[in-house]
Amino acid sequence: MSRYIVRRLLQSIIVILGVTLLSFLTLHLAGDPTYLYVSERASTQEIEETRIKLGFDKPLPVQYVNFLGGLVRGDLGNSIRSRKPAVDLVLERLPATLELTIFAMIISTLIAIPIGIISATKRGTSVDGSIMLVAMLGQSIPGFWLGIMLILSVGLQLKWLPISGHVGVIDVALKGSVGEALANIPEAIRYLILPGITVGLFSLARNARLVRSSMLEVLSQDYVVTARSKGLGERVVIIKHAFRNALIPVVTMLGLEFGFLLGGVVVTETVFSWPGVGRLVTNAITQRDIPVVQAAVVMFSVMFILLNLCVDLLYAQLDPRIRLG
Amino acid sequence: MSQTVQLSTTPAPVSLMPPQTSTWKRARRSLFKAKWPLLALLILSVVVFMALFAGQISPKDPNRQSLIERLQEPMKVDAKTGKVEFILGTDGLGRDLWSRIIYGAQVSLAVGVMAVVVGGLLGTSLGIIAGYMGGRVDDTIMRLADIQLAFPFILLAIMVLVVLGPGVWNLIPVLGIGQWVTYARIARGQTIAQREKEYVEAARSMGAGNIRIMLQAILPNVLAPLIVIASFNVASAILSEASLSFLGLGVPPTVPTWGGILNESRDQILAGKWWPAFFPGLAIMLTVLAINILGDWLRDFLDPRLRGRS
Repeated sequence: MSRYIVRRLLQSIIVILGVTLLSFLTLHLAGDPTYLYVSERASTQEIEETRIKLGFDKPLPVQYVNFLGGLVRGDLGNSIRSRKPAVDLVLERLPATLELTIFAMIISTLIAIPIGIISATKRGTSVDGSIMLVAMLGQSIPGFWLGIMLILSVGLQLKWLPISGHVGVIDVALKGSVGEALANIPEAIRYLILPGITVGLFSLARNARLVRSSMLEVLSQDYVVTARSKGLGERVVIIKHAFRNALIPVVTMLGLEFGFLLGGVVVTETVFSWPGVGRLVTNAITQRDIPVVQAAVVMFSVMFILLNLCVDLLYAQLDPRIRLG
Repeated sequence: MSQTVQLSTTPAPVSLMPPQTSTWKRARRSLFKAKWPLLALLILSVVVFMALFAGQISPKDPNRQSLIERLQEPMKVDAKTGKVEFILGTDGLGRDLWSRIIYGAQVSLAVGVMAVVVGGLLGTSLGIIAGYMGGRVDDTIMRLADIQLAFPFILLAIMVLVVLGPGVWNLIPVLGIGQWVTYARIARGQTIAQREKEYVEAARSMGAGNIRIMLQAILPNVLAPLIVIASFNVASAILSEASLSFLGLGVPPTVPTWGGILNESRDQILAGKWWPAFFPGLAIMLTVLAINILGDWLRDFLDPRLRGRS
């Protein structure tokens, strides 16, 4: 087991190096990146000074090593706009983004699992057919459009739920007031519902289809037939024998899911004015604030890689057939 | 004994023989048997028609602005002419939404298909090479795939497009590169399964080179699942293009795209003007839904394990 952990850790480090190299090189795609940092009217001397200050005059490998050094120290340069360290700006916004992502993940898995199971047990009926058609629809709706439509209908027309704003839970808890954070949860959820559905619907639909097909596969296995022929009730067979095994592909997807949801969050946050990293990034895009975009991309990727590492280890725990080492 | 031999050589009655039909005929029959794929095909044909003949069928110039006609409601009857001037209404600059949506089909479809071509060619060739060569080549390509998968795709796209600037010719390779891994993994797996088959061995013993074997022996035999993946990926590329255009990173604002129209509609939403946001989104949803349904049908059709079952 420990050998497996070490190997996966090493693999993750290689992947992190690759990801950082990729985002580092992206910056140099359009030629000398100095021009991204200076105003259009900058004089030749100003450009030269900026180039030296930012280290763009050095050879690429040296620059990459410096970039990695900065990454280890948590320094990815300052925001061009606010002059604050880019990493700090991202970290400040991270709790709100995590709240939204986790909430979306909870609804997309918790709702998808029972739906998928029902669909699988009622295979071929009209219930199954309609569920799968709705799931297909859910996978075809552009998330940001769904968000806009929810704002228009549930928010503006029916006035049931707030269309923008955010009540902090994670950041409040991190500041030490856990009691206040817990008290905030009910209110926070009211603000989370619309953006949460917007981010999570696609995954909900995909997970429901995944649970269904994985249940169908498990239900035809010999051990399920055995369990049935032993005279066990259908409910016990489905929950104790089939579901546990059907869960494996779903758990594998969860890690990738998180990265996928993070991507959706970037767009959704703009729609709902959610004070998270996504909106920070989209604002940074319009202002061409490259260090902030880069810091967010690198931090998201590292988070994603570490999470997938955890999922792989969890996966091994769930399925004893998988031998590690 | 001789009787049994005789029995087995007697041709079976014609009615029991499986019908010898071409793939196209079978495809057509299977398509007409299922309701949803047929409807999906119809929707998709309309969208393709819109894209191909945008110049002929759009009632107005999609970029003509008119401040006095801004934010006209859909189906509003013009007081002077007594006719409906703008079927789907106008946007914040007085441009005809219906014409813009017709033209928007061009970019969505072109970007979706081209991105899949780029991603498919890249991924399939790398996957076949990895699977056929094995060893270090395989390791390197698969490690690259891991790195790509570790990178939430939309962030990579944002990163590249911020640096390179928006535009169709930047968008297509970015979306294509975002997809290569799926093709590569499947092509690799299929190639490994085919590599040791007799027909590959036969080709090799007849003196065929590696490239010839990969192209002429292996490629045709690994194609079916890749075509299915490609169809789903057209849908996801259209969604990605819309997201990126929505963020202002897709195509310059002079070119009408569905995501771009949605982006421009954001200012009107809070004022309760629903139509500039509703119709382009509906167009995206119907197109993507149609492609997804057809992809599902295609998978069932091409997957021999499912073929023949009702």
